[in-house]
Amino acid sequence: MASYRLNVNGTVREVEATEDMPLLWVLRDLLGMTGTKYGCGVAQCRACTVHLDGKAVPSCQIAVSDVAGKKVTTIEGLPQREKLLEAWIAEEVPQCGYCQPGQIMAAAALLAEVPSPTDEDIERLMKNICRCGTYNRIKLAIHRAAGGRR
Amino acid sequence: MITRRGFLTVSATAGGGLLLGFELLGCSKKSASTAATSSPASTAATPPAAAAALNAWIEIAPDDTVTFLVHESEMGQGVLTSFAMILGEELRPDWKKGIRAEHAPADKDKYGEQVTGGSSSVRGNFDRLRVAGAAAREMLVAAAATRFGVAASDCTADSGVVSCARTRQSARYGELAAAAAALEAPKEPALTPPDKLRIIGKGMARLDTPAKANGTAIYGIDVRLPGMLYAQVARCPVFGGKLARFSADKAKAVPGVREVFAIPSGVAVVADNSWAAMKGKEALEVSWDEQGHGALDSAHIRDLCMKVVKKGTVARADGDAGKALAAAPRARRVEATYEVPFLAHAAMEPLGATVRIADGRCEVWASTQAAGPSRESAAKISGLPIDKVQIHSTMLGGGFGRRAQTDFVEEAVHIAVQVKKPVQLLWRREDDITGGYYRPMSLALMSGALGADGKPIAWQHQIASPSLLKQFGPLASGLDGSALAVAKDMPYGIPAVHVTYADPELPVTLWFWRSVGASANAFVVEGFLDELAQLGKQDPVALRRALLRDKPRHLRVLELAADKAGWGSPLAAGRARGVSLVESFGSVVAQVAEVSIEKKRVRVHKVVCAIDCGFAINPDTVRAQMESGIAYGLSAALYGEIAIEKGRAAQDNFDSYPVMRMRDMPAVETHIVQGKVGDKLGGVGEPGVPPIAPAVASAVARLTGKPIRRLPIRLG
Repeated sequence: MASYRLNVNGTVREVEATEDMPLLWVLRDLLGMTGTKYGCGVAQCRACTVHLDGKAVPSCQIAVSDVAGKKVTTIEGLPQREKLLEAWIAEEVPQCGYCQPGQIMAAAALLAEVPSPTDEDIERLMKNICRCGTYNRIKLAIHRAAGGRR
Repeated sequence: MITRRGFLTVSATAGGGLLLGFELLGCSKKSASTAATSSPASTAATPPAAAAALNAWIEIAPDDTVTFLVHESEMGQGVLTSFAMILGEELRPDWKKGIRAEHAPADKDKYGEQVTGGSSSVRGNFDRLRVAGAAAREMLVAAAATRFGVAASDCTADSGVVSCARTRQSARYGELAAAAAALEAPKEPALTPPDKLRIIGKGMARLDTPAKANGTAIYGIDVRLPGMLYAQVARCPVFGGKLARFSADKAKAVPGVREVFAIPSGVAVVADNSWAAMKGKEALEVSWDEQGHGALDSAHIRDLCMKVVKKGTVARADGDAGKALAAAPRARRVEATYEVPFLAHAAMEPLGATVRIADGRCEVWASTQAAGPSRESAAKISGLPIDKVQIHSTMLGGGFGRRAQTDFVEEAVHIAVQVKKPVQLLWRREDDITGGYYRPMSLALMSGALGADGKPIAWQHQIASPSLLKQFGPLASGLDGSALAVAKDMPYGIPAVHVTYADPELPVTLWFWRSVGASANAFVVEGFLDELAQLGKQDPVALRRALLRDKPRHLRVLELAADKAGWGSPLAAGRARGVSLVESFGSVVAQVAEVSIEKKRVRVHKVVCAIDCGFAINPDTVRAQMESGIAYGLSAALYGEIAIEKGRAAQDNFDSYPVMRMRDMPAVETHIVQGKVGDKLGGVGEPGVPPIAPAVASAVARLTGKPIRRLPIRLG
């Protein structure tokens, strides 16, 4: 066990953890931030997507010892998320909703990289699994958040 | 029985509102103490406030906040919103003010069994919810009339206000709720006439969307309680096996692991956090008693099916199919073996539950489709009386049937009994996919014969599939109705039909999987009908039309899908269409899939879907459920298989058990045959699933010239 100082959503948080503990469990179990979801533990489903220095990563694959000095952003602290949330609501995207925070984190990173994405861009960059099959509505919502379909 | 005053006192909720409703069911007694909110923050210690309960489903607070208590589980199908629409249509609250819909606690006296499944929530509750909403409104009107000193007939209720035009008096629902709750509920309140309906049948934005998008919605494994511990369970990987022995030492040496002990389903590892519990489970030294099942594999299972499939029990016998088949010339006969595998549900939220046993009470937080049975199980395991057990249903991160089992809740209660602290059990994804309770595999021998006109004259369907239903008791007449779904009621007008069922007894645990037996048999029935169409040189839509002359509902749905999909119109090179039509859970659904084969992979470009579910309460939810059913069914059609090797599941996570992803999701266009209020309602959660596999298989067969008889579809 060791002590780690993390920058989560702009706030410094101190945790006691084993060095191999994935960021996912640091967030969920040690910090009680449950908007980041566990779905597979092997970077397949990406329900655990957070931003590390602005880049979307599966937090189940990031050890706490590798986060020092980096900025962690979660769904709870995603800046400029209102546009995405509005689009998600307008397109009635969520069904069970469990994967949606991860989808929104992935979509935010996508739009940062490609502000006016095509369908192909979205299909290439959105790798998160949704078992309810909300994919088409996610696509519509991303276009809406980007200001219209290209 | 307690007095109305007593009832109101104990049922007043944290938000300070009014609960009205179980008198309507004619079952007023105790259990009102369980009528709190389902929020994890609310506990028995929450002091009663001034909220008024107008019935089991409606509470109104003095600040006008209306809370709809929903006794069915929200797992993505939109039931919180659908119930609010049905109740609210009659109650007529101010929709712009605080409208909340939340899970009701498990309470058999108020709500009945509380198992959400069978696409039955709306169709099973529509009538009583409308009556409850209208009764609550009439009680508010009666309370207002008394206050105004006028007749109830002089008052109208709308947008959360009761007013009297003659005397120009008005009062808000929140002001009237307490007085209204003290009134007798009218037995036959006036329902809104069909031409005055404003919400049901038209639509409403889902109430749960904002919280689900911004990450604040709480699912079962998101519950956090002060001082809670986290648990994992090691279970025997071989179906039918059990624990032989274990040593806790190495697991306990893992930092953060606190306790290791046996429970009925395996060995529990309890730790300070989920990660430590997982590491502890990995370090655990354990050996299993395979009970002789360690050699079972998929090939062996197939042999077992082949051994029994011709000796099945007759489920349907119209005419003499055997004779017709024997008499038909070889060139007008087809025989085929169809197979579908075991499937895991793989809901996005892994299974789990959180339990606190303290001060003579047991509280369970779980995303469950079985709140009622979970409560009974928790009472039995904890040894507490049922009225000391409270089930807080959280949001469900998908269910698909798996969460109608209580196994994961029972495990969590067993663990909580031993650790004496709040504890959360989490199943890893691997535990979920290897853990059984699968959609049963099924093998079918099909035989069919055509008359001289190319139309089918004989149909024989022999099924071998392990019985899902016998775990609930002996099968009536040896028939498993679930394994026979869609097959026994095959709708096509064929003179000789013979359907049989046989159970190859297997140790693999089985459970309801979204659309259950229909998911297997629709593929077989629709696929084989296509084979007969092909042999008789009939167009698949035209043949179905010809065989459904006395089924107007089926015909209408088929025509709608075929028309909207442009059936028969030219397609881009390399593409083909396939069609299917399936009745399940009271709804009829037709789908036309447009498919190509790219780099030896099946690519589904577009699906046109038509549904008749009677009367669609929230049409966008119906569309969403069709999209969802298609995605779920496509995962199974294109990728899904749990193979058995050495007595255990060969797949364990999304890398070996792939599911539909965005890049492979087809465009979906849904058309609803909208009925009117009063029409018999069909379900929508499941009926979108069964038609997609046969529609895609039919298109692939057209492209390759070879019938698809096995799922998942694999190109040779």
